[in-house]
Amino acid sequence: MTAVAERPAAPAAPEPPPTAQQQQRDPVRRTGVLLAAILGIWALGWALFKGTATLPLGRATLTDFQRSLNDLRDAFDAARDSNFFLETVVGGASDGLEALVTAAQNLLSQPAFPRPVPEIGWLGVLAVAAWIAYALAGVRSTILVVVSFLAFGVFGFWTESIDLLIITFTAVLISVAVGIPLAIAMARSRTVTTVVTPVLDVMQTMPSFVYLLPLVLLFSIGPSAAVVATLIYALPPVVRITAHGLRTVAPSTIEATTSMGSTRAQLLRKVQLPMAKQTIIVGVNQTMMAALSIATIAALIDGPGLGEPVIEALQTLDIGTAFVSGLCIVIIAIMLDRTTTAASERAEAERRTAVHDPRRRRAALIGGGVVAAVAVYLSRSYLWAADPDTLPDLGRPLADAVGSATEWFTDTFGQLTGAIKDGFTYGLLNPFQSLLADSPWWLVAAALLAVAFLIGGWRPALTTAVCLAVIFGVGLWQDSMVTLGMTLVATVLVMFLAVVFGVWMGRSKRADTALRPLLDAGQTIPPFVYLVPALALFGPSRFTAIVAAIVYAGPAAIKLVADGIRGVAPTTVEAARSAGSSTFQIITKVQLPMARGALVLASNQGLLYVLSMVVIGGLVGGGALGYTVVSGFSQAQLFGKGLAAGIAIVALGIMLDRITQHAAARQGRR
Amino acid sequence: MRTGRARVVRLAALIAAGSLVVAACGGGNIEEAPAAQEGDAECGDFNIAINPWVGYEASAHVVGYVAATELGCNIEYKSLKEEVAWQGFGSGEVDVVIENWGHDDLKQKYIEEQGTAQDAGPNGNVGVIGWYLPPWMVEEYPDITEWENLNKYAEMFRTSESGDKGQLLDGDPSFVTNDEALVQNLGLNFTVVYAGSEPALIQAFRQAEENQEPLLGYFYAPQWFLSEIALVKVNLPPYEEGCDADPETVACDYPEYILDKIVATDFAESGSPAYDLVANFEWTNDDQNLVAKYIAEDGMDPEDAAAQWVEDNPDVVEGWLG
Repeated sequence: MTAVAERPAAPAAPEPPPTAQQQQRDPVRRTGVLLAAILGIWALGWALFKGTATLPLGRATLTDFQRSLNDLRDAFDAARDSNFFLETVVGGASDGLEALVTAAQNLLSQPAFPRPVPEIGWLGVLAVAAWIAYALAGVRSTILVVVSFLAFGVFGFWTESIDLLIITFTAVLISVAVGIPLAIAMARSRTVTTVVTPVLDVMQTMPSFVYLLPLVLLFSIGPSAAVVATLIYALPPVVRITAHGLRTVAPSTIEATTSMGSTRAQLLRKVQLPMAKQTIIVGVNQTMMAALSIATIAALIDGPGLGEPVIEALQTLDIGTAFVSGLCIVIIAIMLDRTTTAASERAEAERRTAVHDPRRRRAALIGGGVVAAVAVYLSRSYLWAADPDTLPDLGRPLADAVGSATEWFTDTFGQLTGAIKDGFTYGLLNPFQSLLADSPWWLVAAALLAVAFLIGGWRPALTTAVCLAVIFGVGLWQDSMVTLGMTLVATVLVMFLAVVFGVWMGRSKRADTALRPLLDAGQTIPPFVYLVPALALFGPSRFTAIVAAIVYAGPAAIKLVADGIRGVAPTTVEAARSAGSSTFQIITKVQLPMARGALVLASNQGLLYVLSMVVIGGLVGGGALGYTVVSGFSQAQLFGKGLAAGIAIVALGIMLDRITQHAAARQGRR
Repeated sequence: MRTGRARVVRLAALIAAGSLVVAACGGGNIEEAPAAQEGDAECGDFNIAINPWVGYEASAHVVGYVAATELGCNIEYKSLKEEVAWQGFGSGEVDVVIENWGHDDLKQKYIEEQGTAQDAGPNGNVGVIGWYLPPWMVEEYPDITEWENLNKYAEMFRTSESGDKGQLLDGDPSFVTNDEALVQNLGLNFTVVYAGSEPALIQAFRQAEENQEPLLGYFYAPQWFLSEIALVKVNLPPYEEGCDADPETVACDYPEYILDKIVATDFAESGSPAYDLVANFEWTNDDQNLVAKYIAEDGMDPEDAAAQWVEDNPDVVEGWLG
């Protein structure tokens, strides 16, 4: 579940003219030859030493290191009542958060004792939300908000949806309050950046299953632990993206301001923050999306929201209900995404154009405010306006329809998909996994280091060495290699889809419009919703885990490639066409090569997204690290092993990220 | 322009505040909910942990329903994984875990060492863990239910995940399993594949029965799915006291689990009538299966399912209220 937010695409690197590209064929080809050589030596070593020094570890066996993590947890548990810091500071923060969330719930979503309904009923909440959307974003957003809130009601998940919004907003507010100052510090100081970046990496790649239990020890069961779990995962995007935005404010602008005698504070407030505003809002937006993706996990520690119905439906394999509640999460995500984007565009437009009519707008705002106030009044006075159960119920019929449609689909195609799974597993996955997991550890380590050096340079090779040492140290080498194999295979498939659909979307506006909502849904629907259909099609297997990862990681990669293709200068494409190139030639010789930066970025993001699904994959037969994390969460005596697996996942993530990032930077320089 | 915008914002804020005031003063004449039934006012809040499986939910909601209607308790259901629930005993956030499967390590830690929890006796349910087969296989190959014969059929159980051996599908990460050791110590030509979750196991068994595919897997009773498809248990060498003491050499079946109730020490000593209800609560596997079926197969709300059962079984409920 730990997705890594999309980094804002770096401004496209200046593309070299075609003639220069001719000269660069050679180093590329040489890299290819060397890679093939590494692979050949590796395969030879595999044939000779297969099955030796693979460092396996039995399911129930713990290493000393893993046991020491258990002891650490126990010491922590014993200290929580006697330690001043834990008792007063953390406990106080926890109580404060809980009070805040409960107050919001009583106001908006949960019965406010002794009333049978919240202080403000559904009609009032809907009207106020619509009014806020109108004030900040405009008419289209207002309509979107009204439709979304009505959907929560008619689908029968009003309370859960509002609860989720409360948790999300609380976590996002704290993220912004903490994240923006942190980002400012990072933009100003290289040291701060060096210290904070690895922390953010860990926060984003550590599976949340690993830290749920310790969080409950600290923040106790309920909303506050849920908010903190959300916060850990949602904070990094806003920090990273804001720091990036501040750093990329043109140096000439800063120069001009400082030369006029501005102080640093003035510079920040009057120039840097306003100029980076668009980027900051992208960051906040990504933080919101990340917060939503934790919803189902937070339900495991009694976090309020839409996660609970999803988990509950999963217990009875009720695909329909899981789908409808998951759909509400998708609706929330799309609503928040489009509204915040519209709000930022609107603010930008207002800043630039002096021509707008404040009087008319003011009148409309006042009118809307009056309507909202009346709606709030009604929702406090009449049960029909307060209790969402009075709305017609479309959730049940929809759930039934989805349930039977899925059943028909899986019954009809079950045999075919089974064959696909077998072919894929025997043909590609098993050999590749064997190469990674059945070779001796020293051979794999040497090969990975060589690859890292070859495509990234000495820096990522150094990172790779450290990460592999960590994986070795936590005692989960073979499991890590199995997971690495699955991750790489899934990423190859993701990139295949990204190129096919990305090119299509990049070339056709209509395809883009049609596919984008589907991609949004794939990124935001909780994986728990499609686990059961995936199981029905492919059975519990590693392939099922790969499919789940593709559903989640594909959309991000596809979007990045589509953006890259669209960014290729139309004049270049036109020139190629007038020179008589066929469509296929234009795609393979012009558009794809020129979008190379986007392709590398897409594979970087694709890899990290796939890796973030390792734990979910463990729930459907992925085994290896994912299963170890889940069992560590489920069984007290395996906690240390689960944590160790989490650390191994972080190490894999950092290793893959650094290698691909440096490869991307090289591509940019070429 | 800046000032114009600021004014709009200020005005908007004013209206927002105003509308809230209007609403707060004006509204509020929805009838207030009847305060919880008077009766024993001393019950107060009663926090029931809900562990994530349907049978547990059935037991918890029946106890909760009786406590609310007969004792006037204010019930809080908290959805929690097992260990998280145990952590909640000490902080007063959880009063009871109504169906506990063994968990000797947690008992050691929270009952013996920390003293925050207490055993409140068996709940009448008996847990049976073991290896199960879909019924069509037992019809087709009657001798397959004896473990000695499993090797004869191992070939049939091969999948893309198990390589050249038969697949033994394990899988709910919440349950303790000795299966890797069992396979080895019984000399079976099988390999353990980890499905990873209960839905994965259920879906696999469901399809195995539907499509007449071979499947051998780890499962347990009571479980609502068994009333949909009556899986058949394989006879492993019978369990004897202590035969599973060493996880490396274990070569016998799993013990029967007498499922019990765990309560917070504070709750037990509070004198709450809900504690007496929990202490007296006891019902059979069939009872639980019925309520679980209401929830899982008939799609009833857990609270309605509990109400239905309580209405149909007044004598049993009477016994719990003592």
